[in-house]
Amino acid sequence: MAEPDIADVTAEATAAADVGAPASLWRDAWGDLYRRPIFWISMVIMLVMSAMAAFPSLFTSLGANEHCDVRFAKQPPTSWNPFAAGDHPFGTDVHGCDYYAQVVHGTRAPIVIGFSVTLLSLAIAVTLGSLSGFYGRWPDALISRITDVFFGLPLLLGALVVLTAFPAHGIGGVVLALGLFWWTTMTRLMRGQVIAVRNADYVQAARMLGAGDVRIMARHILPNAIAPIFVFAMLNVGVVIGSESTLDFLGVGLQYPSVSWGLQLREAQDVFVDYPYLLAYPAVLLTVTVLSFLLLGDAVRDALDPRMR
Amino acid sequence: MWRYAARRLLQMVPVLLGTTFFIYVLVFALPGDPIRALAGEKPLPESVYQTLRHHYHLDDPLLVQYGKYLLGLFHGDFGQTFNGQDVGQLIADSWTITAQLAVTAWIFELVIGMTLGVWAGLRRGGLVDTTVLGGTTIAIAIPTFVLAYSAQLVLALHLGWFPTAGTDEGWPMSYVLPGLVVAAANLGYVARLTRTTLAENMRADYVRTAVSKGLPYRRVVVRHTLRNSLIPVVTFLGTEIGYFMAGSIIVEGIFNLPGIGHEIWLALQIKEGPTIVGIVTFLVLIYLLANLLVDLLYGVLDPRIRYG
Repeated sequence: MAEPDIADVTAEATAAADVGAPASLWRDAWGDLYRRPIFWISMVIMLVMSAMAAFPSLFTSLGANEHCDVRFAKQPPTSWNPFAAGDHPFGTDVHGCDYYAQVVHGTRAPIVIGFSVTLLSLAIAVTLGSLSGFYGRWPDALISRITDVFFGLPLLLGALVVLTAFPAHGIGGVVLALGLFWWTTMTRLMRGQVIAVRNADYVQAARMLGAGDVRIMARHILPNAIAPIFVFAMLNVGVVIGSESTLDFLGVGLQYPSVSWGLQLREAQDVFVDYPYLLAYPAVLLTVTVLSFLLLGDAVRDALDPRMR
Repeated sequence: MWRYAARRLLQMVPVLLGTTFFIYVLVFALPGDPIRALAGEKPLPESVYQTLRHHYHLDDPLLVQYGKYLLGLFHGDFGQTFNGQDVGQLIADSWTITAQLAVTAWIFELVIGMTLGVWAGLRRGGLVDTTVLGGTTIAIAIPTFVLAYSAQLVLALHLGWFPTAGTDEGWPMSYVLPGLVVAAANLGYVARLTRTTLAENMRADYVRTAVSKGLPYRRVVVRHTLRNSLIPVVTFLGTEIGYFMAGSIIVEGIFNLPGIGHEIWLALQIKEGPTIVGIVTFLVLIYLLANLLVDLLYGVLDPRIRYG
């Protein structure tokens, strides 16, 4: 068992020496980032939204769809200042539920779906991209053609057809449908990255010392190829959240009794002319969430791009 | 270049086959029996039911159905909807509406997006730049359907500047507001892309050369810098057509424009397989052709790129 150990130690030493450059790039980026107010603002927004998604009870004592009374339906907030608006700071919705509580509970679905779809697509992209970039030849041809097929269907159009085909679905179904069309760009990125590093000296060194394909891919290629794909995935969580809300809005995403901003906007669509606040509150929260991801993405991209300094 | 185009066209065939088959399988899996759904409450006589099933090839195995569908497609036959309308005709009828919407959106994206981008890119770091950046980021972040409703409420209903819905006033009036809504996010992307590449190119050596040999500033910007900054913008405009298709489903629904997006939405509601597969096939074809066109345009914009 001595041989693989030596292989690891040597190859990792080589890899570590090579990683020196990216590590300082990240350090530089961080030095640039923490001086940007935009970075901190979007981080705070994301933390608040994540807290709302994880622990809604911190923000409201009501559960989802709790204490709804149709007699008090569609009562606008008494004041546009939520702190001065009494019992129902955001008014009540079409079913007479406290709109503030509903909007708080509506945070979880988009955030959970946004991150799950991202992680699922990331997993698919890393696996397929590594195989296709590492082995080349027919696995590459096969995987690339499959990628082309899914790339030909735009995210929302594809997810729309899939979700209509399987109408009985919960959060998991929406995640699968979006994930099915979201991995293609990342796979192409990953493939390119793997091709760029697969013949690097440290990979050849590891192979010469007897490391197998799986080990080379997992320990040597992956850490050096994944950074741009990971950044791309995280920066586009906002896009996924927007798409999820659109599916809910179109009526093919989550269904009652689920609570989400998209569903609230769907309910608001028929009455928004008379009750614009029903449209405004979830819309503002949704926009602010997507916006914080976009701004964070901008800040990170600028910080990582040395030409912008 | 022609050999390159031919090769790319050939490569599209397996993709198109794969995509249509994928959609076909999904539509096949759509729950419910479309024939019985069509009949509504009244029970159909068994013989009529069987005849209808046979007529729409619903009694064949999946692969045979798909094969028959493809064969029809090669003859330019997109199949029929369940109430006997020709899907090809349906696409032909609704196509013009969506095309008008697309053209309106493209004009907004190009004119407003690039103007904003050039304006901000030439004054990087200034007040204009910050405002454009902030504004476009917000435009990207607002979901299309929220923007559509807000625009309809404020600009059409309260201010009465535009028609609220429908196509009665024809192009361009009926299409201005929906076009602007579909274009909003992409307009933001176009502005930011133009800004970044322009600002980057303004620092290039060839720009310094052009300025120092005494060319007017305007000419340097338009002929030298802008042309080189167009490549990423063109790429974007080609790939965003997928986004436009999704956007048109929403916007055509909200503004009641009877275009392709509207038709596919209606078809999804009543699970009308032939219409869904037909329209999606058509959209994928457009999408792939647009991407090919973009790649060919590279050669025109950048003489260094040559296709063998």
